[in-house]
Amino acid sequence: MKEQQALYKYALRLGDNALIQSYRLSEWCSNGPILEEDLALTNFALDMTGRAQMLLTYAGKVDGNGKTDDDLAYRRKERDFYNHLIMELPNGDFAFTMARLLFTSAYEFYFFNELKNSADETLSAIAAKTVKEVKYHMAHATDWVLRLGDGTAESHSRIQDAVNELWMYTSELFETNEADAVLRDKNIAVDLLPVKEAWHKYVSQVLNEATLSIPAEGYMHTGSSKGIHTEYLGHILSEMQYLQRAYPEATW
Amino acid sequence: MATDTQFPLWEVFIQAKSGANYIHAGSVHAADSKMALQNARDTYTRRGEGTSIWVVPSAAIVASNPDDNDMFFDPANDKVYRHPTFYVMPEGAKAI
Repeated sequence: MKEQQALYKYALRLGDNALIQSYRLSEWCSNGPILEEDLALTNFALDMTGRAQMLLTYAGKVDGNGKTDDDLAYRRKERDFYNHLIMELPNGDFAFTMARLLFTSAYEFYFFNELKNSADETLSAIAAKTVKEVKYHMAHATDWVLRLGDGTAESHSRIQDAVNELWMYTSELFETNEADAVLRDKNIAVDLLPVKEAWHKYVSQVLNEATLSIPAEGYMHTGSSKGIHTEYLGHILSEMQYLQRAYPEATW
Repeated sequence: MATDTQFPLWEVFIQAKSGANYIHAGSVHAADSKMALQNARDTYTRRGEGTSIWVVPSAAIVASNPDDNDMFFDPANDKVYRHPTFYVMPEGAKAI
């Protein structure tokens, strides 16, 4: 795999993670448990849309075939999306969304902290901006996981169920593929080992403090780096891409 | 507010820039002070409105009673000499 192709895939994956996660969070719009939380979640979704826009624009530039961020977001097939599976899972209840946000934001916090040192200037600049945003997402999710875990019997069981269900989607975050290997050699990609260690340490600490048990190691889902997804991504794309598919070149 | 089943109410004050007054921006519901700060941040500073936030439990605010308005405020109405309008402003003191 050539460096250019590896970089394209790398930027695409980071962009897809932001885009699909943003889509899920924006589904909370008008459905939040309280107005303030509704605003918080849609705020996060906007942070992620901004990040997706930067990363997909960059992916298009690296690809060199004149594709814009919109082309990549709205005209790509499911099998060409590389977001981690955890991003596309349906929101479930509020506990599920918060447990996921804890897992993904902690991952992103440590990941982008490392990516700040990337030899690729664009990725490093995007990382510097992103770290500030995800630090807040992480603080917000952490507080809610603590509250729900240490709350009532019902909130405790809901957040524990969410943690148990999501756990099998977490090891995929730390898998490496060919693109990672090519870009690691050039000091462009992040070394995922320290990210994994930091993530485990942080998440375990939060779960402990929230009086939640950490699931035992078991079956782990994988596939997204080859474009193999859960059944849910197709449904997201059919809604998200509907307009551009039905009315190509449509503008406001 | 007896029928309010939401979290307690907090008043939000935002400082637009360092050194400026904190100005009342509105209120948020929150279970504790930490959540109140986050909710205030998410509700009132999304467009770069602030550099600092205060949150205060609404219950901690003591308000004057509108019934007392005649006693509280009317006596000030006919005391123009309490306004510094009889002085000439020095040039360059535009902020006064």
